[in-house]
Amino acid sequence: MNRTGEVYRVAGPVVTATGISPSMSDVVLVGDEQLMGEVIKIVGLQSIIQVYEETAGIKPGEPVAETGKSMMLELGPGLLGSVYDGIQRPLSVLMEKEGTFIRRGATANGLDRNVRWPITVTVKAGDRVKGGDIIAETKEKNVVHRIMVPPGISGTVAQVFPGEKTVEEVIVKLADGTELKPMHKWPVRLPRPVTGRLMPDLPLTTGQRILDTMFPLAKGGTAAIPGGFGTGKTVTQQQLAKWSDADIVVYVGCGERGNEMTEVLTEFPALTDPKTGDALINRTVLIANTSNMPVAAREASVYTGVTIAEYYRDMGYDVSLMADSTSRWAEAMKEISSRLEEMPGEEGYPAYLSSRLSQFYERGGRSKNLNGSEGSISIIGAVSPAGGDFSEPVTQNTLRIVKVFWALDTKLRERRHFPAINWLTSYSLYSKTLEAWYQDNVDPEWTQLRSWAMNILQKEAELLEIAQLVGTDAMPKEQRLTLEMARMVREIFLQQSAFHDVDTFSSMKRQFALLNCIKMYSDAASEALARNVSLHEIASLPIRTELTRAKFEKDMDNQLASIALRIRPEMEKLKEVSV
Amino acid sequence: MKDYRTITKIAGPLIFVEKTDPVMFSEMVNILLPDGSIKRGQVLDTSRDHVVVQIFEGTAGIGINSGVRFLGETLRMPVSRDIIGRILNGSGDPLDGGPPIIPDKKLDINGSAINPYARESPKEFIQTGISTIDGTNTLVRGQKLPIFSGSGLPHNEMALQIARQAKVRGTGEDFAVVFAAMGITHEEAEHFMDDFERTGALKRAVVFLNLADDPAIERLITPRMALTTAEYLAFELDMHVLVIMTDITNYCEALRQIGAAREEVPGRRGYPGYMYTDLATLYERAGKVKGKKGSITQIPILSMPGDDITHPIPDLTAYITEGQIVMSRELHMGGIYPPVNVSASLSRLMNAGIGPKMTREDHKVVSDQLYAAYARGKDLRGIVAIVGKESLSEKDSKFLDFADLFEKRFIQQDTNENRTIEDTLELSWELLNSIPEDELSRIDAKFIQKYHHDHREKPATAGKAPAGK
Ligand SMILES: Nc1ncnc2c1ncn2[C@@H]1O[C@H](COP(=O)(O)OP(=O)(O)OP(=O)(O)O)[C@@H](O)[C@H]1O
Ligand SMILES: [Mg+2]
Repeated sequence: MNRTGEVYRVAGPVVTATGISPSMSDVVLVGDEQLMGEVIKIVGLQSIIQVYEETAGIKPGEPVAETGKSMMLELGPGLLGSVYDGIQRPLSVLMEKEGTFIRRGATANGLDRNVRWPITVTVKAGDRVKGGDIIAETKEKNVVHRIMVPPGISGTVAQVFPGEKTVEEVIVKLADGTELKPMHKWPVRLPRPVTGRLMPDLPLTTGQRILDTMFPLAKGGTAAIPGGFGTGKTVTQQQLAKWSDADIVVYVGCGERGNEMTEVLTEFPALTDPKTGDALINRTVLIANTSNMPVAAREASVYTGVTIAEYYRDMGYDVSLMADSTSRWAEAMKEISSRLEEMPGEEGYPAYLSSRLSQFYERGGRSKNLNGSEGSISIIGAVSPAGGDFSEPVTQNTLRIVKVFWALDTKLRERRHFPAINWLTSYSLYSKTLEAWYQDNVDPEWTQLRSWAMNILQKEAELLEIAQLVGTDAMPKEQRLTLEMARMVREIFLQQSAFHDVDTFSSMKRQFALLNCIKMYSDAASEALARNVSLHEIASLPIRTELTRAKFEKDMDNQLASIALRIRPEMEKLKEVSV
Repeated sequence: MKDYRTITKIAGPLIFVEKTDPVMFSEMVNILLPDGSIKRGQVLDTSRDHVVVQIFEGTAGIGINSGVRFLGETLRMPVSRDIIGRILNGSGDPLDGGPPIIPDKKLDINGSAINPYARESPKEFIQTGISTIDGTNTLVRGQKLPIFSGSGLPHNEMALQIARQAKVRGTGEDFAVVFAAMGITHEEAEHFMDDFERTGALKRAVVFLNLADDPAIERLITPRMALTTAEYLAFELDMHVLVIMTDITNYCEALRQIGAAREEVPGRRGYPGYMYTDLATLYERAGKVKGKKGSITQIPILSMPGDDITHPIPDLTAYITEGQIVMSRELHMGGIYPPVNVSASLSRLMNAGIGPKMTREDHKVVSDQLYAAYARGKDLRGIVAIVGKESLSEKDSKFLDFADLFEKRFIQQDTNENRTIEDTLELSWELLNSIPEDELSRIDAKFIQKYHHDHREKPATAGKAPAGK
């Protein structure tokens, strides 16, 4: 029985209630306005609730009603292209109802009840079905949406009802009377089950040179992008949302800026998915719980995102999930924990910070699903360390879990080297596993070329330290050449503008061709230097300028091919310095 | 309404009251002092047992026997068109001797979050006439772009220059200015008021003044009053509003004081763990929204304690705002105004507001190139300091000189110098002309052909070849 009790205390987003006896994580409705909240602690007769909305105006004595359920998401056709707040209220519907501002207590269903989906049922009477099995299909935008038996349910199909259905209409009835509909509900905090885990051994290509070539992420892998303010976390996440070769993208704006969400909403409909040619927004689900929206809903937003990601994974898709920023999520935990007067752990974060972080990233991965299909969730979490200092708890705890580390660097961003990813400190633990794929699918020379580039960059770092002490003029010419060639790798290859029409996306073939041209230049330059040509001439061959600018040209592939043919002859034309 | 005389504890800016009827969270409170005067406060924590109230004007003079009256509503502010041109104190009461504001509406000063779906991307270029903003850190309508400064630096000058010169080109629309002072000195306030008066800006301004000797806790509501006013002007009266808030550091100190009085677990350097969220509820009130003509552009000013940009106040601010203009003490000492540290500054909305039809097609690449060249020149200064200028190659010396030129010509300008964006871009090309053309790696070939001084001059000397041949 669902009881109604009353408010005992209100302190910010945390409300204490008496007279109810809910279970942990149950949803309760607080106050005369029935604001949604979740039970986060039970102490004797008192239930402590985090409320997903502003609590100003609530007073002791107002009613608190049990619902007997934990927080559930609505899963079914209609998620793609939607924008939700942290507790799955569609923001477009809220705007229709309430206007510009989000008023407290507004309610809206996660999935539209009026849309009729053309449903093809793929099972027939007499079939045995179990949790995860696909029973029907519909077309959601341009994605085949596979409707599955909710995990935990099984039985024999008694009747099927194909045709145009809303999410609440029955499409399959089981012999025991269970009715299956296009929509089912799932508790956000509970990972959806899979049959087994698979090795992530395919790359998630992103079109970003420094990521794909230097520090690749695998489908089903986990990555963190930490960086001080303005170093490029959001731009990188948005680039991944735009250009990564995932089937579905879930983008969680967790405690960040409103305008960034608007940007996604205005840009994505106009951009096309490089893989399918369809509008990008049609493969995207956006969760937008901005910094000024209630913190408890911010805390929930990350779970909402990952649950939706799991749902599409279960259909056999490769999903990528961006969480911007996991630090704001951690701060939401901290704010709530401090209202509960819990013993704080490191820097005021709750002691369970690290376990929450690992539970979250654990929901990523490549897996064998209940229905036999394979799917993946790649998780990319932005981290916003206080003062840009990576030694703080959220960064440190995250690094213990994730396999790829893209370290953003304030110094690089100050000189407008974008993406401001530090090539000396970043790493990917997938590089080795993915080498085979790159060699088979891009070029057999891939691994050598990549090592050459990494090498020269490392050498540059060492030489620059010397240059600081003696000045470049005092260095041997071979070393000065290395510095020049490393500069080419940085400026031509690593730098990539997210805002340039052409440069924003670089296919694997192009990445290879570009880097290969730089290496050809470097090899020819070393030979010329050995012949005693002046370094100045070697470094300022006109073809270098051409190579520098090639990445901005629509016709880049032909240009690179032509440059590749001309480098050596031009270098050979250079005359030795007569001594 | 009942007066309770059940105060059990007074600590710093807080009082604890017992045995009350149910009191709302955030409810407004009046404290009646023995001398008949009234202090105002707001409920921070409410329960059956006791109620915690923060007192805006400080608790001095409050005793265990003072009367406590709960007002049955959250803090609302009267607004109407007549508020324009008024000078109010930090709690919104008139300071200018004028009549009280006859409300058209009374609005909750905490406002509500703008639905992200209802926002419109800010993209209208605001020309401030200052090269370091327009050229390299462009401001757009609806943006929140703070100035990070330090004591003794000319942030007020710069804010005033922006307020005077800012305009959206091709429109006749005026800005309204909402000015919120938190804990600044009389002299600083005077400076603002004089300038507003002299330029006539006061006629279209609303001024909220909480000065250094005004109650500290009042600073928690001053910016909210100002932003509530701004929202009313922008979204109900269709005005373009520029909000200047200064000094955010004083606001944060008040926040810290409350946290300490409540014996909360402090976050970094003693500031409350919720400071990020709290600041976001101010800064996120900037923007443009669908279906409304008006806009709110914010220029918060803050002084970085110890000139430290990693201090939580600038740090959390920059994590919320859409960039930052950072002032440099070094440039200031070098006699450069405005002493903008271009490398550390950023406008995240710049890309949306520049380019063909908005400013000029080459704006983006020119700006990137300026940054890169200046950064390289500045690095070389470090080397020169150790090994001397002689050990630089010819090319490197050019970058070194560029950095000096950039500071003296691009950054430096007069407080009344109002440069058009074309002026700024022309100046940029002139400066870029001093480095070798093959080093302009950020700039597409087509722009080099069109704008680089070496190329552009050719057709001119050849006797003006007709275009499009
Ligand atoms: N790949 C890129 N190409 C071009 N510009 C970039 C790139 N990455 C970042 N930038 C520039 O850096 C600015 C800041 O980037 P971004 O907003 O992603 O930072 P952030 O790390 O998310 O900061 P915050 O933590 O404050 O949200 C952008 O507005 C853009 O000007
Ligand atoms: Mg960001």
